[in-house]
Amino acid sequence: MTSLLKTPMHDWHAAHDGRMVDFTGWSMPVQYSSIIDEHNATRNAAGLFDVSHMARFRFDGDQAGPFLDSIVTRRVENLKAGQIRYAMVTKEDGGNLDDILVYRLADAQGQLYYWVVVNAGNREKIASWIRERLPESGVTFTDLTLETAMIAVQGPKAIELAQPLVDVTLSEMKYYSGCETQILGQQSWVSRTGYTGEDGCEITVPAEIAVEVWRTLADGLAAIGGLPCGLGCRDTLRLEAAMPLYGHELSEQINPIQADLKFAVSMDHEFIGKAAISASIEDGKQMKRVGLQMQGRRAAREHYTIHLGDQQVGEVTSGSFSPTLDINIAMGYVQPELAEPGTELEIDIRGKRHLATVVALPFYSRKRKT
Amino acid sequence: MDPASLLYAKTHEWIHIEEADGGKLATIGISAFAIEALKDLVYLELPEVGSSLTAGEPLGEIESVKAVSDIYSPVTGEVVEANTPLIDSLDTMNEDAYGAGWLLKVKITDDSSLAGLMDQAAYLKQCEEEE
Repeated sequence: MTSLLKTPMHDWHAAHDGRMVDFTGWSMPVQYSSIIDEHNATRNAAGLFDVSHMARFRFDGDQAGPFLDSIVTRRVENLKAGQIRYAMVTKEDGGNLDDILVYRLADAQGQLYYWVVVNAGNREKIASWIRERLPESGVTFTDLTLETAMIAVQGPKAIELAQPLVDVTLSEMKYYSGCETQILGQQSWVSRTGYTGEDGCEITVPAEIAVEVWRTLADGLAAIGGLPCGLGCRDTLRLEAAMPLYGHELSEQINPIQADLKFAVSMDHEFIGKAAISASIEDGKQMKRVGLQMQGRRAAREHYTIHLGDQQVGEVTSGSFSPTLDINIAMGYVQPELAEPGTELEIDIRGKRHLATVVALPFYSRKRKT
Repeated sequence: MDPASLLYAKTHEWIHIEEADGGKLATIGISAFAIEALKDLVYLELPEVGSSLTAGEPLGEIESVKAVSDIYSPVTGEVVEANTPLIDSLDTMNEDAYGAGWLLKVKITDDSSLAGLMDQAAYLKQCEEEE
């Protein structure tokens, strides 16, 4: 067995009852207390997540923008400093290699560069994909994953918790914006992003100060009703918010159109996979991602089959009890004519059929202040 | 019940045996170790009274937020009582795994099915190895 990668906070997790599991080669906490308690703390107050396993790539140079444009589904060359865009890296056939965030940032001298945050399990695959396609000059690509740590602070009280650490005013930053900041006197980064459907931010710091930053945030949790949170509730939170998870809703066999992520594709630039995705928009026969609400008390799980009468018409990709909604919810792929909300289907749960209704996504969206 | 006096199956069920009507009556539950591992319980399915159980075969299912697991029958026999109120108060299993959190009472029809069960010391050793 190969040894697992550890984030700088690993010892803290282990010392605080973190239940450590192998997540795509990283030893990560699935939960500290209870998934439901951690989930509810994030929805109602604040959750603190170690997301250092996510890969962080930096791109410098005057050709960085045009290069990224050529490999991602949205135009990023025209991003202004501070803007962040969700996009996908696709193959020639439109299949999804990863879903990523592209950040355009400016350093203290006003020099522009990019960050790309990639799923942990796709780090090596995407790094190779990039290296094989880098132009001979004009782009410097650096994998900063192991030199830095990333911490997500999520929930209605997240900004209040994180604000004292940074030298920018978080409440004045828009959702999906980010910038450099000083944390404990070190060059760091903060963005108004997350993967829970809540307000909040994500902080990236040099690995050397990560534990101290984490401790400072963790120490502030109790006073506001927050909890440190593991990957277990990160999954239930993102499922309620209907955010796709690579390896479940997304794979190399699924293109962005099927995944209902047309918003993350822009046809105003050339990129690998464009022609196939363009054809896919016209193709009405592909399986489509839908939300499903179970009518009973059973949760549908990944790979459970979806049926209409005698026919298998789809498959579940993620499913769980929803702590916020107190129902069982799932996402999956079904034949396109069955994707309309209100459609009644059956899911095979361990040999027995259970009723499920197609519902509009997301299952949960937070009430916004504005 | 006193967990020290119970028998345990490899699959984490506990068993209390008492003599009744010239036969053996088993009370079955899930160990606190297994309940703690499952933690966020959301669903429990138990067999009906009168069902026949076979040692080593699934008797029902227990589901947590993360996953669904089979509950295996540690004995061969017939269900004479099921703790059905538990289905609507799963927290009871977290709070009192060896008391109010019991699942079934089973009239044992084949004593040889008890042969593979462990005492608490052997079971705790197994749990230590699993951690």
